[in-house]
Amino acid sequence: MTAEPVIVINGVSRLYPVSSGSFAALSDIELTIAAGEFSGLVGPSGSGKTTLLNLIGSLDAPTSGEIIVLGQKVQELDARGAARLRRDQLGFIFQTYNLLPVYTVFENVEFPLLLLQMERQKRRDAVMDILERVGLADRAGSRPAQLSGGECQRVAIARAMVKHPSLVLADEPTANLDADNSHRILQTMLTLNRDLGTTFLFATHDDKVIQYLRRVIVLFDGRIAQDEVRDETAVSAGTPGGYF
Amino acid sequence: MIRFLMLGLLRDRSRSLFPLLTVAAGVAITVFMFCFMSGIKGDAIRDSAAFQTGHVRITTAAYHQLEHQLPVDLALLETSELLSQLRATEPELSWTPRIRFGCLLDVPDASGETRSQGPALGMAVDLRTDRAEIERLHLEQALTSGILPVLPDEILLSQQMATQLELQLGDTVTLIGGTVYGSTSMVNLRLCGTLRFGITAIDRGGFLVDLATARSFLDLEGGATEILGYFRSDFYDMNQADLLATDFNNRFQDEQEEFAPLMLPLHRQSSLGELLELWGYFSTILIAIFVFVMSIVLWNSGLMGSLRRYGEIGIRLAFGENKHHLYRTLLYESVLIGLTGSLIGGAIGLTLGAWLQYQGLDYGFAFKNTSMIMSSVIRAQVSPAAFFIGFVPGLLSPLLGTLISGLAVYRRQTAQLFKELEV
Repeated sequence: MTAEPVIVINGVSRLYPVSSGSFAALSDIELTIAAGEFSGLVGPSGSGKTTLLNLIGSLDAPTSGEIIVLGQKVQELDARGAARLRRDQLGFIFQTYNLLPVYTVFENVEFPLLLLQMERQKRRDAVMDILERVGLADRAGSRPAQLSGGECQRVAIARAMVKHPSLVLADEPTANLDADNSHRILQTMLTLNRDLGTTFLFATHDDKVIQYLRRVIVLFDGRIAQDEVRDETAVSAGTPGGYF
Repeated sequence: MIRFLMLGLLRDRSRSLFPLLTVAAGVAITVFMFCFMSGIKGDAIRDSAAFQTGHVRITTAAYHQLEHQLPVDLALLETSELLSQLRATEPELSWTPRIRFGCLLDVPDASGETRSQGPALGMAVDLRTDRAEIERLHLEQALTSGILPVLPDEILLSQQMATQLELQLGDTVTLIGGTVYGSTSMVNLRLCGTLRFGITAIDRGGFLVDLATARSFLDLEGGATEILGYFRSDFYDMNQADLLATDFNNRFQDEQEEFAPLMLPLHRQSSLGELLELWGYFSTILIAIFVFVMSIVLWNSGLMGSLRRYGEIGIRLAFGENKHHLYRTLLYESVLIGLTGSLIGGAIGLTLGAWLQYQGLDYGFAFKNTSMIMSSVIRAQVSPAAFFIGFVPGLLSPLLGTLISGLAVYRRQTAQLFKELEV
């Protein structure tokens, strides 16, 4: 049985005006991501990974083509509609964690649920549940400044996952972490992907991430150069693949 | 969400404490300045009221037309009935008759011949039965030698005039003038004391006698050139004075009768209205400058705060908070800070104002050679308006600052979030 597509991209281009005309950050992208995938946009800097992640995350609109995320045409959403899509369905993980320093771990993770106006007890249960899953339940009262880099990124993952989004977009999530922490983080995400069925889409050029991906979409100069679904053997062997 | 934002506000001192201190300091200064200026304005009103205009003043219409000539023949001839009426119908004011008149002051030698003489400006007040007049004119403080008159044949002379005429306490002076009926009048008086008010017109050639003495000298029994009314609270209430004067004039004015009594409130005498209006403009300008300067300061702090909170704002946008809601919460925060800062600053400003009102600040040591007895002590005045005036800059400034700096939220390209958040 084929899983429902979470992302459908048809002939998408994104042009940016420059002095000499326009620069194509993305050209004629065709892509479908199914529910439950653990896949990544891979490529060198400037290949268009972040631009594509922005478009999928309804943070930007394509110049041409169509992007359907969870059944909604992103290019047709107004600012309010795009914010609603992000609030209800998407989770974001950033390279630099971006935790709010004046709030505790618990409060940082709770924030997306506040936007959803979830009632207090349910919020509390959801936050503690996800903190248990990322192994930080005992640090709920700590401030980000009291945590290590790896712990911060696990809090960021918990924040992205707490509302059980259908899709998590992670932009270079291990860029600031050492090898041990990177593997721990990726194991955590992989477990969440397996247990909760959440779709993960990464933008990365980090081999440590690539070796965990089940599907690798290689971007080069704004085009898809390669789209490979990797078998379980390659994933469990932890082979980076040497894509670029 | 409110709790979440409040927690952030309380924990992030640069977001709460610094703007709060700025607002509180600005409001405290504004409120104190307002009280200070009100106090100075109050002093000007008090001085003018005490010596010349009262809070309201009643003269005949004819006297009012020619008052610069001090025409005693146009004075109010019978005042006791009018005073009784006023005291009965307007008990919230204290009423007192006065006479201002001009005459020649002659100093005789041992043989009764003129030794020296000069024109003099006389003011007659009820010194022997109205203690309030002595306090109102600060006579005890103004006394440079001798005592206040206790007998009807005693006179107080300005220190300057006494020196010029080489007079000693106990010397006799003769007043030579005209009665209200046009005949010549003379009276010998004994110098019982000298005064220095620090008011040039009086200090140059002024003297003070008891009302009964002047009435007898001018043949003005029961009369007075003016009746002055003072609010018992000592604060000049412009609106009430206006109402009082309108009501009084409606009852007493008669266009055919030039001796009909005419009541004028303080601000309609001697250009004082223009002065008060000027004070009003001045206060408004001062407040506007404070609002403007504080808005710039708080705008700046808002910008700095926004820069510091760039990450937080980005995160909130990325997680699906819409821009209107985000902008609104920033404005609520600024209103909360403005309100709290205004309350704290207002309390500080009012405390300082009240202290200066009751304690006063004596700067007489800086002007040892002047005798500005009325204004050598600066006093503030805490009025009901002072309780509210601080909220204007206190609420407006942070709100304006956030309105302007918060516009960046709208200009921010959401598409840049990933890049911005990976600094």
